[in-house]
Amino acid sequence: MEGVMQTETKIRAESGIESGPRGPGCSLRNFACEQNLLSRPDGSASFLQGDTSVLAGVYGPAEVKVSKEIFNKATLEVTLRPKIGLPGVAEKSRERLIRNTCEAVVLGALHPRTSITVVLQVVSDAGSLLACCLNAACMALVDAGVPMRALFCGVTCALDSDGTLLLDPTAKQEKEARAVLTFALDSVERKLLMSTTKGLYSDAELQQCLAAAQAASQHVFRFYRESLQRRYSKS
Amino acid sequence: MAEAAAVVAESLAGYRARAARAVLEQVVLPGEELLLPGQEDGEGPGSAGERPLRLNAGARSRGRVVCGPGLRRCGDRLLVTKCGRLRHKEPGSGNGGGVYWVDSQQKRYVPVKGDHVIGIVTAKSGDIFKVDVGGSEPASLSYLSFEGATKRNRPNVQVGDLIYGQFVVANKDMEPEMVCIDSCGRANGMGVIGQDGLLFKVTLGLIRRLLAPDCEILQEVGKLYPLEIVFGMNGRIWVKAKTIQQTLILANVLEACEHMTADQRKQIFSRLAES
Repeated sequence: MEGVMQTETKIRAESGIESGPRGPGCSLRNFACEQNLLSRPDGSASFLQGDTSVLAGVYGPAEVKVSKEIFNKATLEVTLRPKIGLPGVAEKSRERLIRNTCEAVVLGALHPRTSITVVLQVVSDAGSLLACCLNAACMALVDAGVPMRALFCGVTCALDSDGTLLLDPTAKQEKEARAVLTFALDSVERKLLMSTTKGLYSDAELQQCLAAAQAASQHVFRFYRESLQRRYSKS
Repeated sequence: MAEAAAVVAESLAGYRARAARAVLEQVVLPGEELLLPGQEDGEGPGSAGERPLRLNAGARSRGRVVCGPGLRRCGDRLLVTKCGRLRHKEPGSGNGGGVYWVDSQQKRYVPVKGDHVIGIVTAKSGDIFKVDVGGSEPASLSYLSFEGATKRNRPNVQVGDLIYGQFVVANKDMEPEMVCIDSCGRANGMGVIGQDGLLFKVTLGLIRRLLAPDCEILQEVGKLYPLEIVFGMNGRIWVKAKTIQQTLILANVLEACEHMTADQRKQIFSRLAES
């Protein structure tokens, strides 16, 4: 319980945009986002969390092969390419997680028999990769104008051997952690859309991590709002 | 544990729906709910049991509100589905509550009935041309939908030609169909677009801006060179001037208008007018 209270105060004290010192408390690394940077896709976004950076491109609603079409909603496809090497099984499983999250949020019923393709390219990986991919995918879907019923964000938590909660861990912290949990939360009521966990943790710790992630997601959504307002204020 | 839960519950205090009127001209995000003018009085944190008494309890102050692009009805409220600026237009004749819509920036076109678009003929199969309009499927165009076309007098349309037409059928469930005549049977400017000229693509928001009444950009472009220009609501513009160089200059200027401020635009136009 102590850990969670500390989490609350630490998060309230800092805004999600500036980079705070990465102390024993739980603070998110600084974010940066750029939209509409690629000319070919219908929507594109680049999301940075500390040193982790992912580039996302969205094509759609576009033509779909007859073998893949669904008669009453859009077919969502996600491709994740690692920085080096060919995509392997780990990428396939992450693609499936991202696809399930996007399907819960995108209003596919408005575009039956079309395909919406999200292509993600890992530019640099320094921890919390899945959360960064989720954030980049959300920003790219918004940039492409795909109708959605809410925004979503990804937050990663790591539990180390003495039970301290770390939000947005770096690669080193993830490797030394006892458990790493990633959650995807929606923007309307901070409900859980997707969770994937690795390692040993207790039931109570899971609830603590979820609560901390929900509190941290406020910062991410505030950052989304500010960056979209900045984009529309230029025109 | 209970205390922690209470603290967390407070910080998640949600997301209260805001009145649409209060959010006009501001950026709205997908997932937000908007209240229509007739519903604002009853909302508020402590109003569960206390409704203000009204003399005409059933009647709404405004009539029907039209829900435009980017918004969907969700019970009594409007759910925002795209990111952009919320806009409102009062009804001309006084009936109804006007239209609300979200002005978003998008590149991909979705066919809408009644829109005039520029398409490229991709195939001729029997009596139907398949026309690529930039959407998720090619639109179909019958050879009889041209002015003065009969079974004996077929229009001269080849694969690769540009067509300016409007949609008569365009919904999410059916293949879009377009025609090159209006409801009276006259071409009204539609049909095959002539030889030469240049077709290029811009965003949908820029097309809407250029087609708005009293568009400055268009007036300035018109003063520069004599030109022919066709705007398709699917983001395609066809332009033709006397020489190839002028055509290319016009195309580049229109593409760049997206990102330029009014001053930069005036500078460029004055520089072009001098040379």
